[in-house]
Amino acid sequence: MASQIFSAIFVIIIGVGGCVAYFWGANKLVDLIFPSRGVAGAAAIDNLRRQGLVRPWLFVGPAMIILTIYLIYPVIETLRLSFLDRGGINFVGLANYQWAFGDRDFRNSILNNVLWLAVVPAACTFLGLIIAVLTDKIWWGTIAKSLIFLPLAISFVGASVIWKFIYEYRGEGQVQIGILNAIIQHFGGQPQVWISLPFWNNFFLMVILIWIQTGFAMVILSSALRGIPEETLEAAVIDGANPFQIFWKIMVPQIWGTIAVVWTTITILVLKVFDIVLTMTNGQWNSQVLANLMFDWMFRGGGDFGRGATIAIIIMIAVIPIMVWNIRQANKETGGH
Amino acid sequence: MAVATGNSFASRFGVHIAVLIFVTIWTIPTLGILVSSLRDKDQIIASGWWNSFSSSSQTEAGRLPPASAQTQKDGKFVLEGNIFGDGAKRAISAFGVKAAAPTQYPAGSSADLGDGVTLQVNADGSFVMISPKAFEGDRGQRVYYASSAPPKFTTDNYKTVLLSEGIGRSFMNSLTVTIPATVIPILIAAFAAYALAWMRFPGRALLIAVIIGLLVVPLQMSLIPLLKLYNGVGTFFGVPSKTYLGIWLAHTGFGLPFAIYLLRSYIAGLPREIMESARIDGASDFEIFVKIVLPLSFPVLASFAIFQFLWVWNDLLVAMVFLGTEADQIVLTAKLNALLGSRGGDWEILTTSAFVTIIVPLIVFFSLQRYFVRGLLAGSVKGG
Repeated sequence: MASQIFSAIFVIIIGVGGCVAYFWGANKLVDLIFPSRGVAGAAAIDNLRRQGLVRPWLFVGPAMIILTIYLIYPVIETLRLSFLDRGGINFVGLANYQWAFGDRDFRNSILNNVLWLAVVPAACTFLGLIIAVLTDKIWWGTIAKSLIFLPLAISFVGASVIWKFIYEYRGEGQVQIGILNAIIQHFGGQPQVWISLPFWNNFFLMVILIWIQTGFAMVILSSALRGIPEETLEAAVIDGANPFQIFWKIMVPQIWGTIAVVWTTITILVLKVFDIVLTMTNGQWNSQVLANLMFDWMFRGGGDFGRGATIAIIIMIAVIPIMVWNIRQANKETGGH
Repeated sequence: MAVATGNSFASRFGVHIAVLIFVTIWTIPTLGILVSSLRDKDQIIASGWWNSFSSSSQTEAGRLPPASAQTQKDGKFVLEGNIFGDGAKRAISAFGVKAAAPTQYPAGSSADLGDGVTLQVNADGSFVMISPKAFEGDRGQRVYYASSAPPKFTTDNYKTVLLSEGIGRSFMNSLTVTIPATVIPILIAAFAAYALAWMRFPGRALLIAVIIGLLVVPLQMSLIPLLKLYNGVGTFFGVPSKTYLGIWLAHTGFGLPFAIYLLRSYIAGLPREIMESARIDGASDFEIFVKIVLPLSFPVLASFAIFQFLWVWNDLLVAMVFLGTEADQIVLTAKLNALLGSRGGDWEILTTSAFVTIIVPLIVFFSLQRYFVRGLLAGSVKGG
């Protein structure tokens, strides 16, 4: 174990030192090859121009290489693999896609993913907005926000254990140690095995993600609400608007942009949700989702790369509209700079 | 924003109550595992954690000593002793001799078992059984009793999971993965971000668009090709394919788009005059970056570092694909997932392990919340 710690420290030193050495050394090298100081005027200007051509690429080079290996190449390779067989050798055309849409698990995953997409972003945004508005009005709002924000720091696995403990089930009439069943039993209801109730179990898993992500929505929306000009609110009050009208007709329309950002961010997260389903049910009782199904096929029976890649592509297709929208927005904003 | 509501007392009061309800719902789950991780493991299954400050009661069964232990007193046959033997004493509230009626008699009362046989069990566990005839058989009388124990808190669970369940080792593994995977991307991203913000070169706009596009590419797209690549590299060089170096680089790659995006939008917002006056003074881009941009960017570097730290520490997917499951490589999240399978109902192990895995992010989060929130705002509100 000690050697492990030393190797980690060693890596930090080598990694950081290597980066510094690369950037510093490459920069020096450019200066040496195209000297701009101590040479005649015309040559210096010429060399400065050449430096200006080379240097940006030295700066972005390492990042580009890593991005290419870890993200750009895999995207292309995954697309290619989705047309190949399980070992990634023989071309099978659209067979993997045909398999997917005929597969019971896959269709179940698609349905569940749609359900997650319909519920989680909406619930997080709505709850986040409400909490942001309410906490703005009270003196202990900052503390309240911190506590609601806290689950964002907890891993999905940790959160799953936390909620599994809440959903814990004991036979009827026994002492319930899961708080949900204890409450149900206290009021005379039947304790349930929540995570294996077909269809409804999806919602019990979604609650975990909503619990985690509401804090995110709250923080972003809270800061957007602060940006609303006081005058618009004062004018509404003078005109006799009630709090609900102010909220829906004055505040919400002014932060539509931020709501869209929060919504899309959580949407992407939902498409990738994997840990919660793996640890809570591993897709049993009709709770499978695409990301977990893909992980399953990566390793099932030695791994079926063709089918795994196909599922990844389906997730990617769902993300593409958001990606295009993001790039367009960014282009609009950075157009001049 | 006070103008936005009616200022009546009732509506103010309502707001306090509503926020209090939200805070309670959001806090209770975490509180549950924290309290449970500190409870005695027998009490965890005997009562809900919300009852942990009151005595826990449970119904148990015991057996009286066999006939050989009897003594004779006043012409009657007597069996005496304590149900708990030398074990921990609990307070008995009621007892019985039939499984169907385990709490038929209150503690301290004398139960008539028929044929003149009486049994008395006292609150402290001592019992007296008296019979006019000699007891027979080598299996003693079955006795059921409801007992309660005072609340008991302990740190034993932490000792167990850290030392014998392998959580301690996994904690070190998580640190080994997280720290280099947080530090390495920062410098690489900062240089790229500066070039994309302040240097002019052909293809810059395209690169920015590519990075913004990569921001949302699902990790799932990278897994299979990288798994194949790592296996290939491992076979080719005759080295293991699951290594710490592999996961450090993987996390660096996956973290870079966000790092470059976040740093670029911050660095692009630095005042142009500073850059230009430095340039007029003859500073090169490298000097400007190291002496001006890097120090000014400290807040955003801290924001990214916190993000990446939390992301890597909490990650399960990348660790499961690129690291082994042996003790020398398994990280906390993967270990916790494995424990859920192998120690399914042992809540003292699970709650304690879960708390160990979340404690570091919570500390980082609470101590550096300001930077975290700033990064969150800059990262998601476009052009923010």
